[in-house]
Amino acid sequence: MTVTTEAMPEPGVGRAAGMLVPPLCYLAVAAVMVGYTQVAPLDSIEQRSLTLGFLAQRTLEHIQLVAVSTVLVLLVALPLGILLTRRAMRWATPGVLALVNLGQATPAVGLIVLLAVIFQIGFWTAIVALVAYSLLPTLRNTMVGLEQVDPALVDAGRGIGMSATGVLRHVELPMAAPIILSGVRTTLVLNVGTASIAAFIGSGGLGDLITTGVSTQRTLILVTGCVLIAVLALLIDWLGGVAERLLAPKGLS
Amino acid sequence: MPEHGGVPIELRGVTKRFPGAGAPAVDRLDLLIPAGEIVVLLGPSGCGKTTTMRMVNRLEEPTSGDILIDGQNSRDINPNQLRRHIGYVIQQAGLFPHMTVARNVAQVPKLLGWDSRRIAGRVDELLDLVGMDPGLFRDRYPRALSGGQQQRVGVARALAADPPVLLMDEPFGALDPITRERLQDELLRLQEELAKTIVFVTHDVDEALKIGDRIAMMQRGSRIVQYAAPAEILTDPADDYVEQYLGGESSMKLLRLTKVGDIRLDRVPHAAEDADTERLLAEIEAGGDQYALIVDEARHPLRWVTVDDLAGRTGPVGDLGDPVGDTILGRMTLQDALESLLNADTDVVPVVGRRRVYSGVISLSTVQQAIQDIKARERERRRRRHDGPRG
Ligand SMILES: Nc1ncnc2c1ncn2[C@@H]1O[C@H](COP(=O)(O)OP(=O)(O)OP(=O)(O)O)[C@@H](O)[C@H]1O
Ligand SMILES: [Mg+2]
Repeated sequence: MTVTTEAMPEPGVGRAAGMLVPPLCYLAVAAVMVGYTQVAPLDSIEQRSLTLGFLAQRTLEHIQLVAVSTVLVLLVALPLGILLTRRAMRWATPGVLALVNLGQATPAVGLIVLLAVIFQIGFWTAIVALVAYSLLPTLRNTMVGLEQVDPALVDAGRGIGMSATGVLRHVELPMAAPIILSGVRTTLVLNVGTASIAAFIGSGGLGDLITTGVSTQRTLILVTGCVLIAVLALLIDWLGGVAERLLAPKGLS
Repeated sequence: MPEHGGVPIELRGVTKRFPGAGAPAVDRLDLLIPAGEIVVLLGPSGCGKTTTMRMVNRLEEPTSGDILIDGQNSRDINPNQLRRHIGYVIQQAGLFPHMTVARNVAQVPKLLGWDSRRIAGRVDELLDLVGMDPGLFRDRYPRALSGGQQQRVGVARALAADPPVLLMDEPFGALDPITRERLQDELLRLQEELAKTIVFVTHDVDEALKIGDRIAMMQRGSRIVQYAAPAEILTDPADDYVEQYLGGESSMKLLRLTKVGDIRLDRVPHAAEDADTERLLAEIEAGGDQYALIVDEARHPLRWVTVDDLAGRTGPVGDLGDPVGDTILGRMTLQDALESLLNADTDVVPVVGRRRVYSGVISLSTVQQAIQDIKARERERRRRRHDGPRG
């Protein structure tokens, strides 16, 4: 055990426990909602949509949509962001950003339906739409994060004999990590919301409960869907926050 | 580990022209930097000091010309390899904020593939060398260090792989005057041990005079107006530009440059406590003096005795006389000595060298004489140099 300065307290046990309070609250809300649907008197339509198995399956689908699209966003946005901030590629930055902005500015429903018309209904079409829609925060934050790294640090890195990729790996990316991670967190939350719309093109997910609720005029189904989506968004945002704190390098703030 | 000394660096007709800029930032520069010396590049902002320095480790590529490091053309060395063997220190230290002090210092050894045990040992050794307690600072982040401490770590990082050459670009520029002085002193102390070849950029005249073995006075385009030792620059500025840049007070600056131990000190008779009074009196009068200094067995100054104290007495001197109030250290600058002399109770003050051993006495006229001697010597050297080629 080494002595650390007061300015750098490690997250203690007390704080770790305190951190768990919000997600437990979210889960409690979800449990109450689902519990109610299990004891309340339901008609046959409601019964079909609100069995535990059906809810679990929709939730799982939703998480799949979010997970796969987010991983794809990372695979595209990180390399692209790095590439666009290299000196030789700076000229391409405005064009790429405009293109990505376009994806985000298109109404999500419109984009998904359009893609479904062009391609076909299904999981991967929904994924493409989700990626197009949530690419921007991660890409932009990657670029901003890398661009705000003090050039003197890059210079110091090169000056002591690090290669360009060495400086990128050991200096630029760690220094940009907090901003990049907050972009990823935004992408995640955006994906949870947008994935609800995937139900329009039959890709499942919790959005299915909402469309069913609306089309069959069953408020309970609609409300259950909304609550579960909200809880999922909050949980994922919380997870993102935890990841930000764990992954961001120490010593920065 | 044994520290290695420096190697010579030679710049031959080096030019740097930045794209889009009119005049070259560095224009056909020739400069020979001898091994193991501190060469200061001194000049106004924008004259090309930084650019010149950055070409040595190829952070900038020369447009034309050659740079030879220990006789080897820098173009023939892979830039990353080259930089791992040239220490680089910049203003504000440029430490990586997300790495601990130890990891910052360990960067170059890591790049060189040292094993982790060797690196850890070297890091502690270096922190000690720059006056920082490894146990206390090793695991701190730069944010938790003062500016001066950060700069010490910056120097430790630069020295990590024991490079023969050190490039320092205004390393102390952002520090307060007291911290700056202290770090300058420590750099000089380090240099006594390490004898690296150091290229030091600054626009602070006093810093240049204090730090440099030689100073390259530069004008726009890295044109060297004068390249000489500090004392020569002070006593014989090459032209009005240099004189103006030095900003007058050249005698005062000489006082700051010269150490008490390096000038000719005055002598007075001195004796131990068991010396015979009559013999001492005779010795004093034979030399035409009025007083003598009594020292102990280790030759530490003890007391002043005057002719009147001794007159008419016999036997050993014993504890006759008045205690010596102030002493002046041989490693003080003449400026500090002058300050002490002006505040001393006596006109003449003993000077002590290593282990406080008596080495002479000094008075205001000694200092004045020393300055005149230095100037005369420089004049003489200049005259010989000018006459030399003809005669
Ligand atoms: N990367 C660059 N691109 C274009 N011009 C540059 C570049 N770096 C330096 N210059 C120009 O070259 C000249 C010399 O700059 P340099 O930084 O070497 O000066 P300096 O003597 O170190 O000044 P200072 O004391 O202000 O640090 C200046 O006119 C500067 O504008
Ligand atoms: Mg400069």
